[in-house]
Amino acid sequence: MILLEAHGLAKRFGGINALNGVDLHLREGELVGMIGPNGSGKTTLFNVITGIYRPDRGSVAVEGKPITGLPPHRISRLGIARTFQNIRLFKNLSVMDNVGTACHSHVRYGPVSAVCRAERFYEGERELRDKVLDLLSLFSLQDRRGELAKNLPYGDQRRLEIARALASEPKILLLDEPAAGMNPSEVGKLMEFILEIRDRHRLTILLIEHQMRLVMGICERLVVMDFGEVIARGTPQEIRSDPRVIEAYLGQDSSKGN
Amino acid sequence: MKALLQPARFLAPFAVAAASGTFLAAAGAVNPYWIQIFQLACITAVSALGLNVIYGFTGLFSLGHAAFYGIGAYTAAFLMKSYGGDSQLFFLASLLAGGAGAALVAWLVGLPALRLTSDYLGIATLGFGIIMKVLFDNADSFLPQLGGARGMTGIAKMTGFAWAVMFLGVSLLAVRNLIHSSYGRALLSIREDEVAAGSMGIDTFRYKMAGFVIGCSFAGLAGGLYAHLYVFLHPSNFDFFKSVDVLIIVVLGGLGNMSGTLIASFGWIFLLEGLRVILPPGYIELRWVLIPVLLIVTMLQRPQGLFGIREFPLLRGDPE
Repeated sequence: MILLEAHGLAKRFGGINALNGVDLHLREGELVGMIGPNGSGKTTLFNVITGIYRPDRGSVAVEGKPITGLPPHRISRLGIARTFQNIRLFKNLSVMDNVGTACHSHVRYGPVSAVCRAERFYEGERELRDKVLDLLSLFSLQDRRGELAKNLPYGDQRRLEIARALASEPKILLLDEPAAGMNPSEVGKLMEFILEIRDRHRLTILLIEHQMRLVMGICERLVVMDFGEVIARGTPQEIRSDPRVIEAYLGQDSSKGN
Repeated sequence: MKALLQPARFLAPFAVAAASGTFLAAAGAVNPYWIQIFQLACITAVSALGLNVIYGFTGLFSLGHAAFYGIGAYTAAFLMKSYGGDSQLFFLASLLAGGAGAALVAWLVGLPALRLTSDYLGIATLGFGIIMKVLFDNADSFLPQLGGARGMTGIAKMTGFAWAVMFLGVSLLAVRNLIHSSYGRALLSIREDEVAAGSMGIDTFRYKMAGFVIGCSFAGLAGGLYAHLYVFLHPSNFDFFKSVDVLIIVVLGGLGNMSGTLIASFGWIFLLEGLRVILPPGYIELRWVLIPVLLIVTMLQRPQGLFGIREFPLLRGDPE
Protein backbone atom coordinates (compact mmCIF):
# COMPACT_ATOMS: atom_id res chain seq x y z
CA MET A 1 0.00 0.00 0.00
CA ILE A 2 1.30 3.44 -0.90
CA LEU A 3 1.57 5.58 2.24
CA LEU A 4 3.04 8.77 0.89
CA GLU A 5 2.80 10.04 -2.62
CA ALA A 6 4.28 13.23 -4.03
CA HIS A 7 3.54 14.25 -7.55
CA GLY A 8 5.22 16.88 -9.73
CA LEU A 9 6.57 18.95 -6.85
CA ALA A 10 8.19 22.22 -7.85
CA LYS A 11 9.70 24.94 -5.69
CA ARG A 12 11.63 28.00 -6.84
CA PHE A 13 13.80 30.27 -4.70
CA GLY A 14 14.52 33.39 -6.74
CA GLY A 15 16.19 32.11 -9.86
CA ILE A 16 16.91 28.64 -8.53
CA ASN A 17 14.71 25.65 -9.22
CA ALA A 18 15.19 23.87 -5.90
CA LEU A 19 12.63 21.26 -6.93
CA ASN A 20 11.63 20.75 -10.51
CA GLY A 21 8.87 18.22 -10.93
CA VAL A 22 9.72 15.61 -8.29
CA ASP A 23 7.65 12.43 -7.98
CA LEU A 24 8.09 10.21 -4.98
CA HIS A 25 6.17 7.43 -3.30
CA LEU A 26 6.72 5.42 -0.16
CA ARG A 27 5.10 2.04 0.40
CA GLU A 28 4.14 1.03 3.90
CA GLY A 29 7.11 -0.32 5.86
CA GLU A 30 9.74 0.65 3.31
CA LEU A 31 13.14 2.08 4.16
CA VAL A 32 14.11 4.41 1.36
CA GLY A 33 17.31 6.39 1.06
CA MET A 34 17.74 9.67 -0.76
CA ILE A 35 21.14 10.69 -2.03
CA GLY A 36 22.52 13.40 -4.23
CA PRO A 37 25.01 16.26 -4.19
CA ASN A 38 24.65 19.19 -1.81
CA GLY A 39 22.06 21.63 -3.09
CA SER A 40 20.27 19.03 -5.18
CA GLY A 41 16.96 19.64 -3.36
CA LYS A 42 16.80 16.78 -0.85
CA THR A 43 16.17 18.92 2.23
CA THR A 44 13.84 21.20 0.26
CA LEU A 45 11.79 18.11 -0.56
CA PHE A 46 11.61 17.27 3.17
CA ASN A 47 10.55 20.85 3.90
CA VAL A 48 7.82 20.69 1.29
CA ILE A 49 6.52 17.32 2.52
CA THR A 50 6.42 18.50 6.14
CA GLY A 51 4.70 21.78 5.30
CA ILE A 52 7.55 24.16 6.12
CA TYR A 53 7.50 25.29 2.49
CA ARG A 54 4.44 25.38 0.28
CA PRO A 55 5.25 23.97 -3.17
CA ASP A 56 4.76 26.18 -6.24
CA ARG A 57 3.31 23.23 -8.12
CA GLY A 58 2.54 19.61 -7.41
CA SER A 59 0.82 17.71 -4.64
CA VAL A 60 1.57 15.53 -1.65
CA ALA A 61 -0.83 12.96 -0.23
CA VAL A 62 -0.71 10.70 2.82
CA GLU A 63 -2.82 7.56 2.59
CA GLY A 64 -4.61 9.18 -0.33
CA LYS A 65 -5.48 12.36 1.61
CA PRO A 66 -4.01 15.52 0.08
CA ILE A 67 -1.79 17.43 2.50
CA THR A 68 -0.36 20.02 0.11
CA GLY A 69 -0.28 23.45 1.73
CA LEU A 70 -1.30 22.29 5.21
CA PRO A 71 0.63 23.87 8.11
CA PRO A 72 3.39 21.73 9.68
CA HIS A 73 1.43 20.84 12.84
CA ARG A 74 -1.46 19.41 10.82
CA ILE A 75 0.92 17.33 8.75
CA SER A 76 2.62 16.14 11.93
CA ARG A 77 -0.73 15.00 13.30
CA LEU A 78 -1.39 13.04 10.11
CA GLY A 79 1.63 10.94 10.97
CA ILE A 80 4.77 12.47 9.48
CA ALA A 81 7.68 13.24 11.79
CA ARG A 82 11.17 14.39 10.96
CA THR A 83 14.62 15.28 12.18
CA PHE A 84 16.73 18.16 10.92
CA GLN A 85 20.06 18.28 9.18
CA ASN A 86 21.38 20.94 11.58
CA ILE A 87 19.95 19.51 14.82
CA ARG A 88 17.00 21.59 16.00
CA LEU A 89 16.41 20.54 19.58
CA PHE A 90 14.73 22.74 22.17
CA LYS A 91 18.15 23.59 23.59
CA ASN A 92 17.15 25.08 26.93
CA LEU A 93 14.60 22.42 27.78
CA SER A 94 15.41 19.15 29.52
CA VAL A 95 15.76 15.91 27.60
CA MET A 96 12.45 14.85 29.08
CA ASP A 97 10.65 18.03 28.05
CA ASN A 98 12.04 17.83 24.52
CA VAL A 99 10.35 14.48 24.05
CA GLY A 100 7.32 15.49 26.10
CA THR A 101 6.65 18.46 23.82
CA ALA A 102 6.19 16.15 20.86
CA CYS A 103 3.49 14.28 22.83
CA HIS A 104 1.46 17.46 23.20
CA SER A 105 -1.04 16.69 20.46
CA HIS A 106 -1.98 13.48 22.30
CA VAL A 107 -2.33 15.06 25.72
CA ARG A 108 -5.63 14.38 27.44
CA TYR A 109 -6.20 17.32 29.78
CA GLY A 110 -7.12 20.92 29.09
CA PRO A 111 -5.39 24.13 30.19
CA VAL A 112 -8.00 24.70 32.90
CA SER A 113 -7.27 21.27 34.42
CA ALA A 114 -3.59 22.22 34.35
CA VAL A 115 -4.09 25.54 36.15
CA CYS A 116 -6.42 23.99 38.76
CA ARG A 117 -4.21 20.90 39.04
CA ALA A 118 -7.20 18.62 38.61
CA GLU A 119 -6.87 14.85 38.91
CA ARG A 120 -7.01 14.63 35.10
CA PHE A 121 -3.86 16.70 34.93
CA TYR A 122 -1.92 14.36 37.19
CA GLU A 123 -3.19 11.31 35.32
CA GLY A 124 -2.32 12.85 31.97
CA GLU A 125 1.16 13.83 33.10
CA ARG A 126 1.80 10.38 34.58
CA GLU A 127 0.78 8.75 31.33
CA LEU A 128 2.93 11.14 29.32
CA ARG A 129 5.87 10.62 31.63
CA ASP A 130 5.69 6.83 31.27
CA LYS A 131 5.59 7.14 27.52
CA VAL A 132 8.55 9.53 27.46
CA LEU A 133 10.60 7.32 29.78
CA ASP A 134 9.88 4.27 27.61
CA LEU A 135 11.15 6.12 24.58
CA LEU A 136 14.20 7.47 26.39
CA SER A 137 15.21 4.02 27.59
CA LEU A 138 14.92 2.72 24.05
CA PHE A 139 17.50 5.37 23.15
CA SER A 140 19.57 4.82 26.34
CA LEU A 141 18.92 8.41 27.32
CA GLN A 142 16.94 7.74 30.49
CA ASP A 143 19.82 8.65 32.79
CA ARG A 144 20.18 12.02 31.14
CA ARG A 145 16.52 12.93 31.31
CA GLY A 146 17.01 15.93 33.58
CA GLU A 147 19.81 17.51 31.58
CA LEU A 148 19.32 20.40 29.22
CA ALA A 149 19.41 19.29 25.61
CA LYS A 150 22.21 21.73 24.78
CA ASN A 151 24.51 20.04 27.30
CA LEU A 152 24.31 16.60 25.67
CA PRO A 153 27.18 15.30 23.56
CA TYR A 154 26.62 15.48 19.83
CA GLY A 155 25.68 11.83 19.26
CA ASP A 156 23.13 11.95 22.07
CA GLN A 157 21.63 15.08 20.56
CA ARG A 158 21.13 13.26 17.26
CA ARG A 159 19.49 10.35 19.04
CA LEU A 160 17.33 12.66 21.14
CA GLU A 161 16.06 14.27 17.97
CA ILE A 162 14.95 10.88 16.67
CA ALA A 163 13.34 10.09 20.03
CA ARG A 164 11.46 13.38 19.91
CA ALA A 165 10.25 12.62 16.39
CA LEU A 166 8.97 9.19 17.50
CA ALA A 167 7.08 10.71 20.40
CA SER A 168 4.58 12.26 18.01
CA GLU A 169 3.61 8.68 17.04
CA PRO A 170 4.35 8.95 13.33
CA LYS A 171 3.73 6.46 10.56
CA ILE A 172 6.36 8.04 8.38
CA LEU A 173 9.74 9.17 9.68
CA LEU A 174 11.94 11.49 7.66
CA LEU A 175 15.58 11.54 8.77
CA ASP A 176 17.79 14.31 7.42
CA GLU A 177 21.41 13.12 7.55
CA PRO A 178 21.11 11.11 10.77
CA ALA A 179 24.73 9.96 10.58
CA ALA A 180 26.27 13.39 9.97
CA GLY A 181 29.33 13.85 12.14
CA MET A 182 29.36 10.28 13.46
CA ASN A 183 32.41 8.02 13.52
CA PRO A 184 32.30 4.58 11.84
CA SER A 185 31.38 2.64 14.98
CA GLU A 186 28.60 5.11 15.78
CA VAL A 187 27.31 4.76 12.23
CA GLY A 188 27.24 0.99 12.66
CA LYS A 189 25.17 1.32 15.82
CA LEU A 190 22.89 3.85 14.15
CA MET A 191 22.20 1.44 11.27
CA GLU A 192 21.11 -1.32 13.64
CA PHE A 193 19.11 1.19 15.56
CA ILE A 194 17.20 2.52 12.54
CA LEU A 195 16.24 -1.04 11.58
CA GLU A 196 15.17 -1.74 15.15
CA ILE A 197 12.91 1.28 15.50
CA ARG A 198 11.38 0.62 12.12
CA ASP A 199 10.28 -2.83 13.22
CA ARG A 200 9.29 -1.84 16.71
CA HIS A 201 7.23 1.21 15.70
CA ARG A 202 6.13 -0.16 12.32
CA LEU A 203 7.56 2.87 10.55
CA THR A 204 8.07 3.82 6.98
CA ILE A 205 11.37 5.65 6.75
CA LEU A 206 12.81 8.05 4.20
CA LEU A 207 16.33 9.19 4.95
CA ILE A 208 18.80 11.59 3.43
CA GLU A 209 22.39 10.53 3.94
CA HIS A 210 25.83 10.98 2.46
CA GLN A 211 27.45 8.03 4.20
CA MET A 212 27.30 5.34 1.54
CA ARG A 213 27.90 2.56 4.02
CA LEU A 214 24.64 3.42 5.77
CA VAL A 215 22.66 4.05 2.62
CA MET A 216 23.85 0.95 0.81
CA GLY A 217 23.71 -1.13 3.97
CA ILE A 218 20.14 -0.68 5.15
CA CYS A 219 18.05 1.03 2.46
CA GLU A 220 15.87 -1.18 0.33
CA ARG A 221 15.39 1.39 -2.35
CA LEU A 222 17.23 4.56 -3.31
CA VAL A 223 16.21 7.81 -4.91
CA VAL A 224 18.94 9.96 -6.41
CA MET A 225 18.47 13.70 -6.86
CA ASP A 226 20.43 16.26 -8.82
CA PHE A 227 19.51 19.87 -9.65
CA GLY A 228 16.03 19.51 -8.19
CA GLU A 229 15.14 16.42 -10.18
CA VAL A 230 15.11 12.71 -9.54
CA ILE A 231 17.77 11.27 -11.83
CA ALA A 232 17.56 7.63 -10.79
CA ARG A 233 15.61 5.18 -8.65
CA GLY A 234 16.27 1.57 -7.80
CA THR A 235 17.86 -0.90 -5.42
CA PRO A 236 21.29 -0.08 -4.01
CA GLN A 237 22.88 -2.49 -6.53
CA GLU A 238 21.20 -0.82 -9.48
CA ILE A 239 22.11 2.65 -8.25
CA ARG A 240 25.73 1.73 -7.63
CA SER A 241 26.21 0.86 -11.29
CA ASP A 242 24.00 3.54 -12.82
CA PRO A 243 26.24 5.72 -15.01
CA ARG A 244 24.19 8.90 -14.41
CA VAL A 245 24.52 8.50 -10.65
CA ILE A 246 28.23 7.83 -10.89
CA GLU A 247 28.59 10.94 -13.02
CA ALA A 248 26.52 13.22 -10.77
CA TYR A 249 27.32 11.97 -7.33
CA LEU A 250 29.17 8.78 -6.56
CA GLY A 251 32.29 9.25 -8.67
CA GLN A 252 34.30 6.62 -10.47
CA ASP A 253 35.66 4.68 -7.49
CA SER A 254 32.38 3.93 -5.82
CA SER A 255 31.72 0.69 -7.69
CA LYS A 256 34.78 -0.75 -5.97
CA GLY A 257 33.13 -0.71 -2.58
CA ASN A 258 32.66 1.92 0.18
CA MET B 1 -12.63 18.91 45.56
CA LYS B 2 -9.26 17.24 45.22
CA ALA B 3 -8.80 19.40 42.16
CA LEU B 4 -8.36 22.54 44.22
CA LEU B 5 -6.00 21.09 46.80
CA GLN B 6 -2.80 22.32 45.20
CA PRO B 7 -4.14 25.82 44.45
CA ALA B 8 -5.40 26.13 48.02
CA ARG B 9 -2.06 25.07 49.42
CA PHE B 10 -0.26 27.45 47.08
CA LEU B 11 -2.44 30.42 47.99
CA ALA B 12 -2.46 29.84 51.75
CA PRO B 13 0.75 31.81 52.44
CA PHE B 14 -0.55 34.68 50.32
CA ALA B 15 -3.79 34.71 52.29
CA VAL B 16 -1.83 34.82 55.56
CA ALA B 17 0.32 37.67 54.21
CA ALA B 18 -2.77 39.53 53.02
CA ALA B 19 -4.50 39.18 56.38
CA SER B 20 -1.49 40.15 58.47
CA GLY B 21 -0.63 43.06 56.18
CA THR B 22 -4.17 44.37 56.38
CA PHE B 23 -4.07 44.04 60.14
CA LEU B 24 -0.72 45.84 60.46
CA ALA B 25 -1.94 48.63 58.19
CA ALA B 26 -5.15 49.02 60.16
CA ALA B 27 -3.22 49.07 63.42
CA GLY B 28 -1.06 51.85 62.00
CA ALA B 29 2.13 49.87 62.61
CA VAL B 30 3.47 50.55 59.12
CA ASN B 31 3.75 53.82 57.28
CA PRO B 32 0.78 53.94 54.86
CA TYR B 33 3.05 55.34 52.17
CA TRP B 34 5.17 52.20 52.15
CA ILE B 35 2.07 50.03 52.19
CA GLN B 36 0.96 51.79 49.04
CA ILE B 37 4.40 51.24 47.48
CA PHE B 38 4.21 47.55 48.42
CA GLN B 39 0.87 47.28 46.64
CA LEU B 40 2.31 49.00 43.60
CA ALA B 41 5.12 46.42 43.60
CA CYS B 42 2.58 43.57 43.71
CA ILE B 43 0.64 45.12 40.82
CA THR B 44 3.81 45.66 38.81
CA ALA B 45 4.76 42.05 39.43
CA VAL B 46 1.42 40.86 38.03
CA SER B 47 1.95 42.90 34.87
CA ALA B 48 5.60 41.82 34.58
CA LEU B 49 4.60 38.16 34.98
CA GLY B 50 2.35 38.70 31.99
CA LEU B 51 5.22 40.06 29.93
CA ASN B 52 7.34 37.15 31.10
CA VAL B 53 4.75 34.76 29.65
CA ILE B 54 4.90 36.69 26.37
CA TYR B 55 8.62 37.32 26.08
CA GLY B 56 10.34 35.05 28.59
CA PHE B 57 8.36 31.87 27.99
CA THR B 58 6.90 32.20 24.50
CA GLY B 59 9.75 34.31 23.08
CA LEU B 60 7.59 37.08 21.59
CA PHE B 61 9.29 40.45 21.82
CA SER B 62 6.63 42.97 22.85
CA LEU B 63 7.22 46.69 23.39
CA GLY B 64 3.58 47.56 23.97
CA HIS B 65 2.89 46.05 27.36
CA ALA B 66 1.98 49.35 29.05
CA ALA B 67 -0.75 49.94 26.47
CA PHE B 68 -2.53 46.78 27.63
CA TYR B 69 -1.98 47.87 31.23
CA GLY B 70 -3.69 51.13 30.24
CA ILE B 71 -6.59 49.39 28.51
CA GLY B 72 -7.25 47.42 31.69
CA ALA B 73 -6.90 50.52 33.85
CA TYR B 74 -9.29 52.67 31.82
CA THR B 75 -11.80 49.86 31.29
CA ALA B 76 -11.99 48.96 34.97
CA ALA B 77 -12.00 52.60 36.11
CA PHE B 78 -14.73 53.54 33.65
CA LEU B 79 -16.99 50.62 34.65
CA MET B 80 -16.45 51.16 38.35
CA LYS B 81 -16.92 54.93 38.16
CA SER B 82 -20.06 54.69 36.04
CA TYR B 83 -21.86 51.75 37.64
CA GLY B 84 -19.93 50.35 40.56
CA GLY B 85 -20.35 52.70 43.53
CA ASP B 86 -18.33 51.07 46.28
CA SER B 87 -19.29 47.44 45.71
CA GLN B 88 -16.35 45.08 46.22
CA LEU B 89 -18.01 42.49 44.01
CA PHE B 90 -18.48 44.96 41.20
CA PHE B 91 -14.84 45.97 41.66
CA LEU B 92 -13.76 42.38 41.07
CA ALA B 93 -16.00 42.23 38.01
CA SER B 94 -14.50 45.49 36.69
CA LEU B 95 -11.00 44.15 37.16
CA LEU B 96 -11.89 41.00 35.24
CA ALA B 97 -13.50 43.12 32.55
CA GLY B 98 -10.26 45.13 32.32
CA GLY B 99 -8.31 41.91 31.89
CA ALA B 100 -10.80 40.66 29.31
CA GLY B 101 -10.68 43.99 27.45
CA ALA B 102 -6.90 43.82 27.26
CA ALA B 103 -7.14 40.19 26.11
CA LEU B 104 -9.62 41.05 23.38
CA VAL B 105 -7.46 43.89 22.04
CA ALA B 106 -4.39 41.64 22.26
CA TRP B 107 -6.19 39.07 20.15
CA LEU B 108 -7.07 41.68 17.52
CA VAL B 109 -3.51 43.03 17.49
CA GLY B 110 -2.12 39.51 17.42
CA LEU B 111 -4.05 38.45 14.34
CA PRO B 112 -1.78 40.42 12.01
CA ALA B 113 1.20 41.09 14.31
CA LEU B 114 1.95 37.52 15.40
CA ARG B 115 2.67 36.55 11.81
CA LEU B 116 5.79 38.65 12.25
CA THR B 117 8.90 37.40 13.98
CA SER B 118 11.09 38.79 16.78
CA ASP B 119 12.29 42.31 15.93
CA TYR B 120 9.43 43.06 13.57
CA LEU B 121 6.93 42.06 16.21
CA GLY B 122 8.70 44.44 18.60
CA ILE B 123 8.25 47.32 16.17
CA ALA B 124 4.60 46.42 15.53
CA THR B 125 3.77 46.34 19.25
CA LEU B 126 5.73 49.58 19.71
CA GLY B 127 3.53 51.19 17.06
CA PHE B 128 0.42 49.84 18.75
CA GLY B 129 1.59 51.33 22.06
CA ILE B 130 1.98 54.76 20.48
CA ILE B 131 -1.49 54.55 18.93
CA MET B 132 -2.98 53.65 22.29
CA LYS B 133 -1.20 56.58 23.97
CA VAL B 134 -2.76 58.94 21.41
CA LEU B 135 -6.11 57.29 22.00
CA PHE B 136 -5.83 57.75 25.78
CA ASP B 137 -4.83 61.41 25.24
CA ASN B 138 -7.96 62.03 23.22
CA ALA B 139 -10.30 59.62 24.99
CA ASP B 140 -12.41 62.50 26.38
CA SER B 141 -13.66 63.33 22.91
CA PHE B 142 -15.75 60.15 22.82
CA LEU B 143 -16.11 59.38 26.53
CA PRO B 144 -15.78 62.55 28.66
CA GLN B 145 -15.46 60.47 31.85
CA LEU B 146 -12.05 59.20 30.71
CA GLY B 147 -10.54 62.66 30.99
CA GLY B 148 -8.17 62.48 28.04
CA ALA B 149 -4.94 64.41 28.38
CA ARG B 150 -6.11 66.08 31.58
CA GLY B 151 -6.26 62.73 33.27
CA MET B 152 -9.12 60.70 34.73
CA THR B 153 -10.29 61.63 38.21
CA GLY B 154 -13.05 60.54 40.54
CA ILE B 155 -12.00 56.89 40.69
CA ALA B 156 -12.87 55.17 43.96
CA LYS B 157 -10.04 53.92 46.16
CA MET B 158 -10.80 50.21 46.03
CA THR B 159 -7.45 48.44 45.82
CA GLY B 160 -6.33 47.41 49.26
CA PHE B 161 -3.41 45.41 50.55
CA ALA B 162 -5.37 42.15 50.42
CA TRP B 163 -6.49 42.68 46.83
CA ALA B 164 -2.95 43.35 45.63
CA VAL B 165 -1.40 40.39 47.45
CA MET B 166 -4.13 37.93 46.45
CA PHE B 167 -4.00 38.93 42.79
CA LEU B 168 -0.26 38.45 42.86
CA GLY B 169 -0.74 35.01 44.44
CA VAL B 170 -3.33 33.93 41.91
CA SER B 171 -1.21 35.20 39.01
CA LEU B 172 1.84 33.32 40.24
CA LEU B 173 -0.25 30.19 40.70
CA ALA B 174 -1.74 30.43 37.22
CA VAL B 175 1.58 31.05 35.48
CA ARG B 176 3.40 28.40 37.48
CA ASN B 177 0.75 25.73 36.85
CA LEU B 178 0.43 26.62 33.20
CA ILE B 179 4.16 26.63 32.50
CA HIS B 180 4.69 23.30 34.25
CA SER B 181 2.19 21.51 32.03
CA SER B 182 2.04 20.29 28.47
CA TYR B 183 0.62 23.67 27.44
CA GLY B 184 3.59 25.43 29.00
CA ARG B 185 6.00 23.13 27.20
CA ALA B 186 4.24 24.03 23.96
CA LEU B 187 4.88 27.73 24.64
CA LEU B 188 8.51 27.10 25.56
CA SER B 189 9.11 25.00 22.47
CA ILE B 190 8.06 27.96 20.31
CA ARG B 191 10.58 30.17 22.06
CA GLU B 192 13.26 27.54 21.57
CA ASP B 193 12.65 26.71 17.91
CA GLU B 194 9.44 27.61 16.15
CA VAL B 195 10.12 25.46 13.07
CA ALA B 196 10.87 22.37 15.13
CA ALA B 197 7.83 23.02 17.35
CA GLY B 198 5.56 23.12 14.30
CA SER B 199 7.04 19.89 12.96
CA MET B 200 6.37 18.22 16.32
CA GLY B 201 2.66 18.98 16.07
CA ILE B 202 2.48 22.28 17.98
CA ASP B 203 0.08 24.75 16.37
CA THR B 204 2.57 27.59 16.66
CA PHE B 205 0.28 30.45 15.65
CA ARG B 206 -2.40 29.36 18.08
CA TYR B 207 0.01 29.03 20.99
CA LYS B 208 1.77 32.29 20.21
CA MET B 209 -1.66 33.88 20.28
CA ALA B 210 -2.48 32.14 23.55
CA GLY B 211 0.77 33.29 25.18
CA PHE B 212 0.28 36.85 23.96
CA VAL B 213 -3.38 37.07 25.00
CA ILE B 214 -2.78 35.54 28.43
CA GLY B 215 0.19 37.82 29.08
CA CYS B 216 -1.73 40.92 28.03
CA SER B 217 -4.72 39.97 30.16
CA PHE B 218 -2.41 39.97 33.20
CA ALA B 219 -1.39 43.51 32.25
CA GLY B 220 -5.08 44.45 31.98
CA LEU B 221 -5.86 43.05 35.44
CA ALA B 222 -2.88 44.84 36.93
CA GLY B 223 -3.97 48.08 35.24
CA GLY B 224 -7.38 47.91 36.93
CA LEU B 225 -5.75 47.42 40.33
CA TYR B 226 -3.43 50.34 39.63
CA ALA B 227 -6.31 52.66 38.70
CA HIS B 228 -8.07 51.97 41.98
CA LEU B 229 -4.89 52.31 44.02
CA TYR B 230 -3.85 55.78 42.85
CA VAL B 231 -7.42 56.88 41.93
CA PHE B 232 -6.04 59.00 39.09
CA LEU B 233 -5.10 57.94 35.57
CA HIS B 234 -2.99 59.89 33.14
CA PRO B 235 -2.01 58.76 29.61
CA SER B 236 1.68 59.30 30.46
CA ASN B 237 1.40 56.34 32.86
CA PHE B 238 0.90 54.06 29.87
CA ASP B 239 3.40 55.31 27.32
CA PHE B 240 6.36 53.62 25.69
CA PHE B 241 8.67 54.29 28.63
CA LYS B 242 6.37 52.37 30.96
CA SER B 243 6.55 49.42 28.57
CA VAL B 244 10.31 49.61 28.81
CA ASP B 245 10.13 49.61 32.62
CA VAL B 246 8.32 46.27 32.57
CA LEU B 247 10.72 44.92 29.97
CA ILE B 248 13.66 45.90 32.19
CA ILE B 249 12.08 44.07 35.12
CA VAL B 250 11.57 40.90 33.09
CA VAL B 251 15.07 40.90 31.61
CA LEU B 252 16.66 41.81 34.94
CA GLY B 253 14.86 38.99 36.72
CA GLY B 254 15.73 36.54 33.99
CA LEU B 255 13.69 35.58 30.93
CA GLY B 256 11.39 32.72 31.73
CA ASN B 257 12.02 32.99 35.46
CA MET B 258 9.05 33.72 37.71
CA SER B 259 11.05 34.21 40.92
CA GLY B 260 13.29 36.68 39.13
CA THR B 261 10.33 38.68 37.87
CA LEU B 262 8.91 38.79 41.38
CA ILE B 263 12.16 39.97 42.96
CA ALA B 264 12.94 42.41 40.17
CA SER B 265 9.47 43.98 40.40
CA PHE B 266 9.82 44.62 44.11
CA GLY B 267 13.45 45.70 43.71
CA TRP B 268 12.59 48.11 40.92
CA ILE B 269 9.65 49.78 42.71
CA PHE B 270 11.35 49.99 46.08
CA LEU B 271 14.58 51.24 44.55
CA LEU B 272 12.75 54.04 42.73
CA GLU B 273 10.97 55.09 45.91
CA GLY B 274 13.88 54.36 48.22
CA LEU B 275 16.18 56.65 46.25
CA ARG B 276 13.55 59.35 46.58
CA VAL B 277 13.99 59.11 50.35
CA ILE B 278 17.74 58.64 50.40
CA LEU B 279 18.82 61.28 47.87
CA PRO B 280 18.89 64.88 49.14
CA PRO B 281 16.05 67.10 47.91
CA GLY B 282 16.86 68.63 44.57
CA TYR B 283 18.97 65.63 43.55
CA ILE B 284 16.14 63.14 43.20
CA GLU B 285 16.50 62.97 39.44
CA LEU B 286 19.95 61.49 40.01
CA ARG B 287 17.91 58.29 40.19
CA TRP B 288 18.03 58.20 36.42
CA VAL B 289 21.79 58.18 36.52
CA LEU B 290 22.17 55.63 39.30
CA ILE B 291 19.58 53.17 38.01
CA PRO B 292 20.99 52.86 34.48
CA VAL B 293 24.48 52.36 35.91
CA LEU B 294 23.09 49.67 38.16
CA LEU B 295 21.36 48.05 35.19
CA ILE B 296 24.53 48.01 33.13
CA VAL B 297 26.54 46.48 35.95
CA THR B 298 23.87 43.84 36.63
CA MET B 299 23.61 42.86 32.99
CA LEU B 300 27.38 42.59 32.68
CA GLN B 301 27.61 40.47 35.81
CA ARG B 302 24.49 38.37 35.32
CA PRO B 303 23.38 38.40 31.67
CA GLN B 304 21.09 35.45 32.34
CA GLY B 305 19.14 37.56 34.85
CA LEU B 306 19.33 37.72 38.63
CA PHE B 307 18.01 34.22 39.13
CA GLY B 308 19.23 32.39 36.05
CA ILE B 309 17.15 29.22 35.91
CA ARG B 310 16.64 28.71 39.64
CA GLU B 311 13.18 29.22 41.09
CA PHE B 312 11.76 29.58 44.59
CA PRO B 313 10.58 26.13 45.79
CA LEU B 314 6.96 27.25 45.55
CA LEU B 315 7.36 28.03 41.85
CA ARG B 316 9.22 24.90 40.75
CA GLY B 317 7.60 22.11 38.78
CA ASP B 318 5.89 19.16 40.42
CA PRO B 319 8.34 16.65 41.89
CA GLU B 320 8.87 13.51 39.78
